[in-house]
Amino acid sequence: MADENGNNKGQKGLTSVLDKVKEDTRALKDKAAEEFKTYKDFDRTQLFKSVFRVKHDDTPRGRALGILTNVFLHLHPAKINRDAVRYSYTWGMGGISFYLFIVLTFTGVLLMFYYHPTKGQAFRDILYLEADVPFGMLLRNMHRWAAHLMVITVWLHMFRVFLTGSYKKPREFNWVVGVVLMLLTLLLSFTGYLLPDDQLGFWAVTVGTGMARATPLLGNEGPFGPQLGMNPFNDIRFALLGGSIVDANALLRSYIWHCIGIPILISIFMAVHFWRVRKDGGISGPAPVMLESEIKELKRGAVAAPTKAGGH
Amino acid sequence: MDWQQLWQIASTPDNIPIVALLFLIPFYTWYAFRQARANDRLIGALEGNPELAKTHHRKTLPFKPEWPREVHVWPYLLRIEFLAAIIVTVVLMIWSITLNAPLEEPANPNFTMNPAKAPWYFLGLQEMLVYFDPWMAGVVLPSLILVGLAAIPYMDENPLGAGYYTLKQRKWSIGAFCFGFLVLWLIMIFIGTFIRGPGWMWFWPGQTWDHSRVVFEVNRDLPDFLLITSAWGKGIFGAIVMGVYYGLAGLLVHKVVTLNDFNRKIFKRMSVLQYLTLQFFLITMMLLPLKIFIRHAFRIKYIWITPWFNI
Repeated sequence: MADENGNNKGQKGLTSVLDKVKEDTRALKDKAAEEFKTYKDFDRTQLFKSVFRVKHDDTPRGRALGILTNVFLHLHPAKINRDAVRYSYTWGMGGISFYLFIVLTFTGVLLMFYYHPTKGQAFRDILYLEADVPFGMLLRNMHRWAAHLMVITVWLHMFRVFLTGSYKKPREFNWVVGVVLMLLTLLLSFTGYLLPDDQLGFWAVTVGTGMARATPLLGNEGPFGPQLGMNPFNDIRFALLGGSIVDANALLRSYIWHCIGIPILISIFMAVHFWRVRKDGGISGPAPVMLESEIKELKRGAVAAPTKAGGH
Repeated sequence: MDWQQLWQIASTPDNIPIVALLFLIPFYTWYAFRQARANDRLIGALEGNPELAKTHHRKTLPFKPEWPREVHVWPYLLRIEFLAAIIVTVVLMIWSITLNAPLEEPANPNFTMNPAKAPWYFLGLQEMLVYFDPWMAGVVLPSLILVGLAAIPYMDENPLGAGYYTLKQRKWSIGAFCFGFLVLWLIMIFIGTFIRGPGWMWFWPGQTWDHSRVVFEVNRDLPDFLLITSAWGKGIFGAIVMGVYYGLAGLLVHKVVTLNDFNRKIFKRMSVLQYLTLQFFLITMMLLPLKIFIRHAFRIKYIWITPWFNI
């Protein structure tokens, strides 16, 4: 009996446990189904909210927030003059230059994995890159051609900015920053020229740095250089090459300027450049034309002068 | 006509950017000047009709009062940027698949490349070496180009033409810039690429690059014409000639700056410092075409000879 009872009891216990499990499972299933419905509304999930912070719906507010709450897009204003998006005005050259800089950084970092800036090894690395590294040739080509293209787009950008008079008040300083950026672009390209360590780069850099010999005051063949005690082992060319000839030190210096020094400098100047575009009132036009009769009289120093209302 | 030679230069992978510039620069110049002419017509119409000037929206672009003045960056600007990025990537991909970056023999200091050419964007500077000593062509003039470019906004006192293409309102500044950029800078690059062969000698397009060619050119210095032989004489004479050049060129620039009513109006707005800076950069810029001219016309090498430097 006791046995039976015990068995009964055990069976009863088992059924009740099974029932409970079934019940719990049903409840869990219902809960999951309920929960699943909310996942369909993906932009209300915690995951989405944590990443994007705001709702991105197709309302004017949603569109504005899409720009303003995104670190990569917030360099743009939320809204822009309807004519300013026209290609005919901007030619898109500034933006394309920046895009090419990104392409160059990306391909450049990949190239760095396969390159040693040492004499002898450098040239072999290029051969290895071209022959054995998967997509190595494509990688090197893209880096080279993007660099050339960037020089062209930077020049065209400058040409457009000049022709539209966009350097005029209040954008004078940003034009100066732009001139520095153009110089850095050319220097980036030039320092990269030596890196394959082939005849082309070697002689281009030999000719190029040879001119530094003639720097007034600082070069050993420049005006008043010898009088100031300059010789091939202490002048500005020596500082550029890390030696009196284009050799291992020049290769290393070139590499460090190309991969670290100038990219850092150009990034800083680019940050200022983009920031000033916004601070100076956004893109310059297409602005309404102004007539000669509307020229206002110039008051020199008027901006800096303290005003009564200002209470200075 | 050596087509093979011409093709060899034009198809060198590193020269592709210059061939591209041959098309891009004329296109964008035309593109800009077409819009400038349209704006100039509008400016003319508004100046002739003050009533219209009060109500007109002042652009050549279509406009209706009920249209919103601004559009959302998302999507109206971003889609253009996205499209531009895709197009550039595709162009770059095709370019990189079809043309390989050049790789010459390993660097060899004992075997000089002839011609040894700088990268294409510096060929203008290398071409200047023909007319100036390295301290001028390689150091002083490039520095002046950069400083001069940076100084443009501070010298240009003309308030018109800010933010739209125009020729009429900025003839003088656009003329000067286009002369410097299109004529001096770019044409020098084209000459450095297509014309200069072995020994940096002049080869017309289609002429074979003859490595054993010898050119007998006797270049003389300006003092030699006047039989000045002493070092002191040459130094003082050169200084006087340079002084006279800066004086005469300054007068010429002044004539242009005060050519008409509008120019005089802008001139009056300029400060003394602005005007002197403008004069300095323009006169120095004109030194290049002048030296090119006297070299080819009279075979003159130096104007000013001193024990320390020559110009």
